[in-house]
Amino acid sequence: MDWLNFAFFLEKAPSGGMTYLGWLASGVLWTLIVSICAWVIAFSLGAVLGVMRTTPIKWLSVPATIYVDIFRNIPLLVQMFLWYFVMPELIPTAMGDWLKQTYPYLLTLPFAQFSLWEFTAAVICLGLYTASRVAEQVRSGIQSLPRGQTNAGLAMGFTLPQVYRHVLLPMAFRLIIPPMTSEFLTIFKNSSTALVIGVLELTAQARQINEYTFQTFPTFIVATAVYIVITMTVIFCMRLLEKRVAVPGYVSQGGH
Amino acid sequence: MLELDWNIVIKNLPLLWKGMVLSLKLFAIALVGGIFFGTLLAMARLSSWWILRKPSQWLVDAIRAIPFIMAIFWFYFLTPKIVGAFTGEQGEAIGPFWSAVIAFILVESAYFSEIIRAGIQSIPRGQPWAAYALGMNYWQAMGNVVLPQAFRNMLPIMLTQAIILFQDTSLVYVVGLKDFLGAASTAGQISGRVVELYLFVALVYLVICFSLSRVVKRLQERMDVGRT
Repeated sequence: MDWLNFAFFLEKAPSGGMTYLGWLASGVLWTLIVSICAWVIAFSLGAVLGVMRTTPIKWLSVPATIYVDIFRNIPLLVQMFLWYFVMPELIPTAMGDWLKQTYPYLLTLPFAQFSLWEFTAAVICLGLYTASRVAEQVRSGIQSLPRGQTNAGLAMGFTLPQVYRHVLLPMAFRLIIPPMTSEFLTIFKNSSTALVIGVLELTAQARQINEYTFQTFPTFIVATAVYIVITMTVIFCMRLLEKRVAVPGYVSQGGH
Repeated sequence: MLELDWNIVIKNLPLLWKGMVLSLKLFAIALVGGIFFGTLLAMARLSSWWILRKPSQWLVDAIRAIPFIMAIFWFYFLTPKIVGAFTGEQGEAIGPFWSAVIAFILVESAYFSEIIRAGIQSIPRGQPWAAYALGMNYWQAMGNVVLPQAFRNMLPIMLTQAIILFQDTSLVYVVGLKDFLGAASTAGQISGRVVELYLFVALVYLVICFSLSRVVKRLQERMDVGRT
């Protein structure tokens, strides 16, 4: 069974002063960091955009709709290239040069063989792309609530922002926990596309280890297992959260 | 700020078109294969036999838990080894295109199977029972009664998934295939001007996917009227 030999993971890797296991671990670390940073952007922007789309105010809903249409209809990989290669060329030259030459050296990333600029571009790209998906989920969460709730709120003398704050959003955010879980898992999986602009996250590290050692089976089995374990953990935690915040008699509670 | 020169796009149109043909070919094969095997997977998952139900569920869950690029790498790096183990020859056994095709069919079957499963479950249970009562066997009941109605119900979601699949074909860039994006990237590296080419690629994808999503929306509205 020499094709299933995991011992090489403890050998010293050619760079970074780490073993191959260390490479893999730094890949896991950067996958998580990129995903979580992008998720902060995606969730906050997505929630705002989703709410904007449901309002009856045209100058709020139209820009949000345009945003969603653009970001959902361009492949993520292409968007990665747009942020990394194209954006610095389209802004004023001085700013573009600063972004490419000065900015990457503001901060040296730990355990990373890539620069701050690659990391930032990946986070912005993933965050803004996923925001469009989150916005759709938030919108359908709000729209799934009976219209009577909005009307009742307005009839009670609430202003529209108050209706959102006290009536619609508390309900909608509970409803969208399951779709938000899958959106987070999507961002977690999609973070692998950052490898095309040089971010050495888990998938990129697996490819790199394979290139150096030719231990294809063990390398990809371990990397795949890490993805599956993290996915299962997130699903498990979110089910707990869903049960904790469930409103009795409204959202179906556990059991499946 | 860079002066944009669109001539670079016009000069490379033949190359880009060749890339688009590859993207469309991959899309078509993955779509047909994904729906075919996705249907089988969905039927296995709804089977009353444990031996069919559980493994298909594990397979679908596992595929959905890993990044698409990971699946593409699996087949890109492994098919030469597996084929090599059987034929004794190493190296490029089936080439990156066909290894990508296998990865795409597998991943898309998993995604389509979830859609199709929901579609089958949306059909009232009385329908297959009625079909069995009329003397139909499993395949007749599925093929003539359940699946035609299920597919009609899921058409909008399947089309949406098809649009996502079309966008996902750009992921084969990671194994060096010259799909639409790969062709633009090659042209960009040769000419040293990537900006116009990537903007053009983004625009083409945007126009195609946006128009298709409008069609899906119209279809959905029309079907909602029919159902009330």
